[in-house]
Amino acid sequence: MAIAAHDANLHGAIAGKPIEYQDPHQAVKILGFWLFLATDMLLFGCLFATYLVLRTHTDGGPTASQLFDVPGFAAETIILLTSSFTGGLATLSMRNGNKKGVMAWIIVTILLGLAFVGLEVNEFITYASHGATMQRSAFLSSFFTLVGTHGSHVTLGIIWMFSILMQVKKRGITPETARKIFIVNLYWHFLDVVWVFIFTIVYLSGVVM
Amino acid sequence: MLSGIGNFASHFFVTGDPMIYGADASILLVSLGILFVLTRYRKWGWLWQDWLTTVDHKKIGIMYLIAALLMFFRGGVDALLMRTQLAVPNNHFLTAEHYDQIFTTHGTIMILFMAMPLIFALFNIVVPLQIGARDVAFPYLNAVSFWLFFFGAMLFNLSFVIGGSPDAGWVSYPPLSELHFDPGPGENYYLLALQISGIGSIATGINFIATILKMRAPGMKLMQMPLFTWSALSASIVIIFAFPALTIALALLMLDRIVGTHFFTILHGGDPMMFVNLFWVWGHPEVYIVVLPSFGAISEVVATFSRKRIFGYTSMVASLLLISVISYFVWAHHFFTMGAGADVNTFFAIASMMVAIPTGVKVFNWLFTMYRGRIRLELPMYWALALIVGFLMGGATGVMLAIAPADYQYHNSYFLIAHFHQTLIGGVVFGLFAGMYYWWPKMFGFKLNHRLGVWAFWLFNIGFYVCFMPQYALGFMGMQRRMYTYPAGMGWTDLNFISTIGAYLMGLGFLFIVAQIVYSIKFGERDLTGDPWDARTLEWSLPSPAPHYNFAVLPQVTARDMWWELKQQGRTGDLRPTSEDLKPIHMPKNSGRPFIMGVSFFVAGFGFVFNWYPIAVIGLLAVVVTLITRSFEYGDEYHVPVEEIQHTEAALGRLS
Ligand code: HEM
Ligand SMILES: [Cu+2]
Repeated sequence: MAIAAHDANLHGAIAGKPIEYQDPHQAVKILGFWLFLATDMLLFGCLFATYLVLRTHTDGGPTASQLFDVPGFAAETIILLTSSFTGGLATLSMRNGNKKGVMAWIIVTILLGLAFVGLEVNEFITYASHGATMQRSAFLSSFFTLVGTHGSHVTLGIIWMFSILMQVKKRGITPETARKIFIVNLYWHFLDVVWVFIFTIVYLSGVVM
Repeated sequence: MLSGIGNFASHFFVTGDPMIYGADASILLVSLGILFVLTRYRKWGWLWQDWLTTVDHKKIGIMYLIAALLMFFRGGVDALLMRTQLAVPNNHFLTAEHYDQIFTTHGTIMILFMAMPLIFALFNIVVPLQIGARDVAFPYLNAVSFWLFFFGAMLFNLSFVIGGSPDAGWVSYPPLSELHFDPGPGENYYLLALQISGIGSIATGINFIATILKMRAPGMKLMQMPLFTWSALSASIVIIFAFPALTIALALLMLDRIVGTHFFTILHGGDPMMFVNLFWVWGHPEVYIVVLPSFGAISEVVATFSRKRIFGYTSMVASLLLISVISYFVWAHHFFTMGAGADVNTFFAIASMMVAIPTGVKVFNWLFTMYRGRIRLELPMYWALALIVGFLMGGATGVMLAIAPADYQYHNSYFLIAHFHQTLIGGVVFGLFAGMYYWWPKMFGFKLNHRLGVWAFWLFNIGFYVCFMPQYALGFMGMQRRMYTYPAGMGWTDLNFISTIGAYLMGLGFLFIVAQIVYSIKFGERDLTGDPWDARTLEWSLPSPAPHYNFAVLPQVTARDMWWELKQQGRTGDLRPTSEDLKPIHMPKNSGRPFIMGVSFFVAGFGFVFNWYPIAVIGLLAVVVTLITRSFEYGDEYHVPVEEIQHTEAALGRLS
């Protein structure tokens, strides 16, 4: 027989896997999301490359070490890392089938995310009020673009998490919502990894140089 | 008040040129004609339900194909305008300004709005059928990709009549493309149109990687995949690794122009070479993105029409992957003259020459496949043979250009123009045409007329050499690219005139293709078997055109060239379902949202082009709304009932 006995490899639950992988339709979407993250990583890679080329091009304006404020970016870092942890706890609750836990941890993660964005906006406003705007020098253009792109990713992540919160509230934990919780957290961890690079390449080496 | 409006309109619409008024009139007439026909024959519902909202990969592929052919026409008209201008010295058919706009739109359209949709057309039509799948991994996303491409292309073409075309070259290097030197909306059109369609291309890349890795028919191992599928996989990998660089290059230039940042300006520490690097980090891989599927199509065509299995399958796969990898390490050969130093140039020169090795492997494998094969000269095979010759020539001159010290001599001369047209036409267009002729019956259920096709083939091919061979010589004689005119007495006159004759021959060839399509719609030989070429891979086991669910029952794959294998063993009946085999089939539902999303991107892009931020914000908000409503959408799939499948298959005479 040249005909497949069972239908595509996309059918039939796969037992013994975490809930988000059990339905093959959802598993493909997770793979797709990983591929998307690869492209997003490259996007940031190009922004980092641009920053590294331009960071000394200050055109007589403010330099990194004059600008960056250690307590400020340290607080941002701690908050974002913590939010990644609480996001992880949401995934864990999801695997344990604990709907309340999922919702609670998503809410905590959203709040931490908001705090991070608030601090970042505040940081940008402070810089701008000292005349360090995007238009001042190539260094500042690349700084604001790199860090701002990350910040807008975080903002998007917050909106996205909120929409998933509503869906979990309405539908509980199904293979489909489980996949969504898993993916949004994947995204969140990814933003955390990018931030670690921003923290070292932009801020730490900025204050040291 | 009135004069205010008049003043605005004369800046908004491109005015003052009879050619443009002609274009305005014809655009208006064609649009009215389309509206009239759709209304008169009550086709609006059909258009919306069957096409605009479809998520069927075969229909999306057909839409890509139509769009690509239309854009080929537009890019071709641009080419003929330029060649007309250059036919004789001191010509004033076009002004310098127009010439700049036309080479910019020609290059951009040919690469991004002709070659890209043409490869996506073949990916969509062929890959799921070849691997025994019922659709791509993400059908909804596939529709989104198409509409982003479509509205990106619309936005780009709109510049011709509203606001003015971009004119900084298809590479759009700063500082020339910065606001200071290039005010006006043209350059914004370029940046936004490419950005929008680029997002679509990244999504297509992701989609096809997931499709090929996860949706293959049961039993099909990676090393049993047809070579076209392999080429789609390698091109998709290159897409997802290269396009982000373009996204960033365009976004940063956009920021420079709209927000006033200083990434690439001369003032305030900007660095224009950063753009050039980012652009070519995408740009070189891009030419492999378009050539790899062409190679894949040729591999299928050569095997089928030589009635042999492809020679050196493993080395074919390896060379595809090797080309994809090397393509990332050659980008600086586009600007050896930047002054990066001998060490850097040496690295990029050697890497560039190395591409010739896997490419040579492919050419030899095609030749060995034909050797002692029983060759049938059908149209796809004509174009395949033409590709081998044309690409060989383009490739050889490419190696010449890769010699860094020599490149200082012919950089940006007509030698380069001749080289990249020989690779892009001889390597990409010929191969994709071969693929188009080959899979045409599978898409539409009839073959394209042979006689008209042979005419088209010879006109196009002879024109191709008549047009571009003289340009190699012109390059050596010192003629630079992007010159809108040249004085008499340089010794360039005759060669330029010959070149223009060649361009018109190609134009005539294209008209023959159009005639061939129109003629064949009515009189073309119908394909009732589903396998008109006696081919080898699974798509030919299906009726032409395939039913919307593709496979009533999925094949169990045990060999490479599975369909050929079954034919040899007389077991083709095995793939025909019996009524007991049928089960309901899971299919995605149509959706209007991808289309709406495309429109929203278009509105946002248009707003940014003219710095009309309220419009831009409305467009962006609409995009966000489509994203959120999608997130809340559940149950976007349905089951095709067994009775319907039974009915369809029985009508096709396939129920055993
Ligand atoms: C069909 C026949 C074609 C003809 C007669 C033609 C002719 C030309 C001419 C006259 C130029 C301008 C040269 C200059 O002044 O610098 C040009 C540029 C160009 N062409 Fe074509 N072309 C053809 C097809 C194609 C195709 C199929 C592609 C790509 C797939 C392509 C890609 C380009 C590009 C990228 C440029 C450079 C634009 C720039 O300088 O920014 N052409 N072509
Ligand atoms: Cu290149």
